[in-house]
Amino acid sequence: MSDRLMPQSERAPSWIRRNRQAMAPFLFLLPGVLFFLFYVIFPVIQSFNLSFYRWDGLGEPVYVGLENYTELMDDRAFEVSLWNNFKWLFLYLLAIPAGLAIALFLNQNVIGIRLYKSLFFFPFVISQVVVGLVFSWFYDPSFGLLNQILGFFGFGTLNVLGDPTLVTYGIIAAGLWPQTAYCMILYLTGLNAVDPEQVEAARLDGAKGLRMLWYVIIPQLRPATFIAFVVTIIGALRSFDLISIMTNGGPFGSSRVLSFYMFEKALSEYGFRMGYGAAIAVVLFLIMLLFIGYFLWSMYQEEKGGR
Amino acid sequence: MNLLKGTVAGLAMTVGLAASAQAAELSGTLKIFSDMSNPAPRAVIEQLAADFDALHPDLTVELTVIDREAYKTQIRNFLTANAPDVANWYAANRMRPYVSAGLFEDVSDLWQEPEIAENLASTKGAMTLDGQQWGVPYTYYQWGVYYREDIYKELGLEEPKDWEGFKSNCQKILDSGRKCFTIGSKFLWTAGGWFDYLNMRTNGYDFHMALTNGEIPWTDDRVRATFAHWRELIDMGAFIDNHQSYSWQEALPFMVNGEAAAYLMGNFAVAPLREAGLTDEQLDFYQFPAINPDVELAEDAPTDTFHIPSGAQNKEAAREFLRYVVSADVQTDINGGDKLGQLPVNSASSVDDDEMLNQGFEMLSSNSPGGIAQFFDRDAPAEMASVAMEGFQEFMVFPDNLDDILNRLEKTRQRAY
Amino acid sequence: MFPRPIQKSSRAWAATYQALIPMALVLWLLPLIAVAVFSIKPDADFTTGNYWGWPSAFKGFENYGKVFFASDMPRYLLNSVFITVPTVIGAVALSCMTGFALGVYKFRGNLLLFFMFVAGNFVPFQILMVPVRDLTLDLGLYNTKTGLVLFHVAFQTGFCTLFMRNFIRALPFELIEAARVEGVAEWRIFWYVVLPLMKPAIAALAVLIFTFIWNDYFWAVVLTQGAESQPVTAGITSFNAQYRAAYHLMSAGSIVAALPPVAMFFLMQRHFIAGLTLGAVK
Repeated sequence: MSDRLMPQSERAPSWIRRNRQAMAPFLFLLPGVLFFLFYVIFPVIQSFNLSFYRWDGLGEPVYVGLENYTELMDDRAFEVSLWNNFKWLFLYLLAIPAGLAIALFLNQNVIGIRLYKSLFFFPFVISQVVVGLVFSWFYDPSFGLLNQILGFFGFGTLNVLGDPTLVTYGIIAAGLWPQTAYCMILYLTGLNAVDPEQVEAARLDGAKGLRMLWYVIIPQLRPATFIAFVVTIIGALRSFDLISIMTNGGPFGSSRVLSFYMFEKALSEYGFRMGYGAAIAVVLFLIMLLFIGYFLWSMYQEEKGGR
Repeated sequence: MNLLKGTVAGLAMTVGLAASAQAAELSGTLKIFSDMSNPAPRAVIEQLAADFDALHPDLTVELTVIDREAYKTQIRNFLTANAPDVANWYAANRMRPYVSAGLFEDVSDLWQEPEIAENLASTKGAMTLDGQQWGVPYTYYQWGVYYREDIYKELGLEEPKDWEGFKSNCQKILDSGRKCFTIGSKFLWTAGGWFDYLNMRTNGYDFHMALTNGEIPWTDDRVRATFAHWRELIDMGAFIDNHQSYSWQEALPFMVNGEAAAYLMGNFAVAPLREAGLTDEQLDFYQFPAINPDVELAEDAPTDTFHIPSGAQNKEAAREFLRYVVSADVQTDINGGDKLGQLPVNSASSVDDDEMLNQGFEMLSSNSPGGIAQFFDRDAPAEMASVAMEGFQEFMVFPDNLDDILNRLEKTRQRAY
Repeated sequence: MFPRPIQKSSRAWAATYQALIPMALVLWLLPLIAVAVFSIKPDADFTTGNYWGWPSAFKGFENYGKVFFASDMPRYLLNSVFITVPTVIGAVALSCMTGFALGVYKFRGNLLLFFMFVAGNFVPFQILMVPVRDLTLDLGLYNTKTGLVLFHVAFQTGFCTLFMRNFIRALPFELIEAARVEGVAEWRIFWYVVLPLMKPAIAALAVLIFTFIWNDYFWAVVLTQGAESQPVTAGITSFNAQYRAAYHLMSAGSIVAALPPVAMFFLMQRHFIAGLTLGAVK
């Protein structure tokens, strides 16, 4: 191959030849970067811009300065959504310990364990739409399995999705199901890579059970924990599908989160307040930015260390 | 009198004939976007398109049927980007955004034509904004109380004529271990129906219209009076439990199974109730009774409509299609029991011989002196409607939150209008 | 190994464990099992209140038959295929190139560009909603599969680049050096040297992206409407509107909608997990 190539490159104009290696990455990057700029980066900037306008999607946008933001300050629905977002953030993190627990439970070598592992992972593969449907039947006040079970133990019925204080927790529980499966698979892979010598050494030192887990295993699972943390936070802030399917934000808006509220304000049947929706999105983005900053910072530390 | 009517109708016929003779020369394509996506309406619009196509040999009719729910958001896109010649929509304030943005064609000229002016007079108001007409109606339907006749008989109840009778009936139904009313408020608008009736019966049509037009504060004492009446029912336990978890269809089984005795709904609820097995002996209808005797009765009767987008290419054919749709024969046909099963908008049409439709027609034409409203979310602008209906749902679950709810609605009113 | 292998524990505990696993599994999958049972029930079971009991008759064929032959479901499924497959191809192709560029070359702004992709991938995508919808409208691609595919490709490129770049980083750099010494053109290095080594990463990403896109609901709702372009996740909601309270049909529809990614997962499990867990082990 090189025989054929050599004369070719000699014939090539010297500038290209000299700069070929410097040019190449940009040519490789060009399509991807263009796409990404066009569909992701610019829209983020546009959303920031739009949040200073009043626009119904039909006429001309009207510049209103910070009006959308001052209205947000005084908007109860926004307050409820923001608060729910924090509930999602904190409670969704339960997927991490739960995933670890299941991973520890399944980290054995018995017959059929591979099949068990994949079946446990199953909930993550099905779409959130289906998960939402399944759980709304589970919670149904008249025939849901939950109330059958409660009734069996002699408790009264509970209308989880119709109760403004319970509804968000009910949806988060549904969301935890696939998310726990995800964290589980991360930890199973992580456990595979735990250094057996260290474990044995610790055993000789008399460590076992929880102490072993805390001082020897978990530190070694750091990379898995980091990724589990990242995907769980992102999942929590993006929560939309389940809410839309299970409650449509109700009852009377008590299960909204920012992402759902902005959709409602901007694009739903009674919405089309694009600027206001954009302002909500900006707030959500700023919350996310804290985490993005943290992720990038830790990646940067790693890159520096890796060099 | 009769003779006169006949002459007018005859005259209208001739004008109509003249119009269609002229229109035989229509050519090009007529693009129709329709939201009539449920099975029965879909058959109707497909037939309308096919018949109109056959009537005009040089004209090609292209029909696109879009899911009814999706249509509500999609209309914004196609009106600006790629306008058809004819599009479905709803009457009253629901037209406002498109009228203000100049996206609907002014069709006041059609309403000057004798046939339309004469025979569609009753719906003219609903099609009028800023003194012009922006489309034509093709169907409307009554709202009212659909109830289990057999349960009423069993308990010895009569159709109530006033608020006291309404409540005492309800008490007897409750005493028999049933709920008075089924409702599914998950998607909010069903609660809007209750508000419409209670408010129109308490304060009258004009007040209701002023309120939905943003001219009256929500914290007004008269509004509170409406909610006080509502609260009487809520405190009795008149409504089914957990209604906030159900859609209107999911609330139907309560009535079918006899766990609830009645349903305040539009006439479209009749078909699924019959399908679910209720016979004509079991199902009947009454007009929402008077609450304040000094107030004239007024009704909700939502009207569905056809419009010509300003960006339409073939406006001549579109106008002819609108004339065709509202003509007496077509109106009789498409609103028949085997088609839409609703009320024709043309007064020269005949109403299908159906128990519910007859009662509804009777009610709307002779016993609704106060006026005819469209529906809460069509009379009030979108933003007000969504916040208000959410408040209604909350009120039905937590009536104690009323002050809070009204303050919130008032804040929205000050912003939205 | 942690926890201590079961074989080293007492026999009683080992036996208990063996029995415990299937029980735990049934409990874990209970909601799904319920749906599967729902989907083969006759509708009479629902009117008689037999929601959670054993089906009184097997009506699986009728129910699934209805889903396939009496609804828009096949159309939605087909739409999903036409949205998912081009997205997978597009996103993987683009990210192979970006990943190669960022993983192999040293140039100013490399890390910055890389972080742009990573950050963009983490962005709450609701912030993109309004502008992307307008953009798609302006391009005349609203309510088309193409419009949805273009956006998905762009957005997934962020995640895929992160994945590919880290994968290429871990490849032996000497191979590339050697090829360069021989004067092989850069694109030939990419095509003949690096790409073959990337096969496992490509497989993993393809499976993963397939699942992500197949299960996407949000963008389907924002950018498409109606049976002619909506994927099955969005279609299932109008399917449900059509068969409201017909739980047996809704269940059958849900299972049909969930099946392709599930099949993908079981067929390509190794790649799938490799894709998900990249970086979980260091």
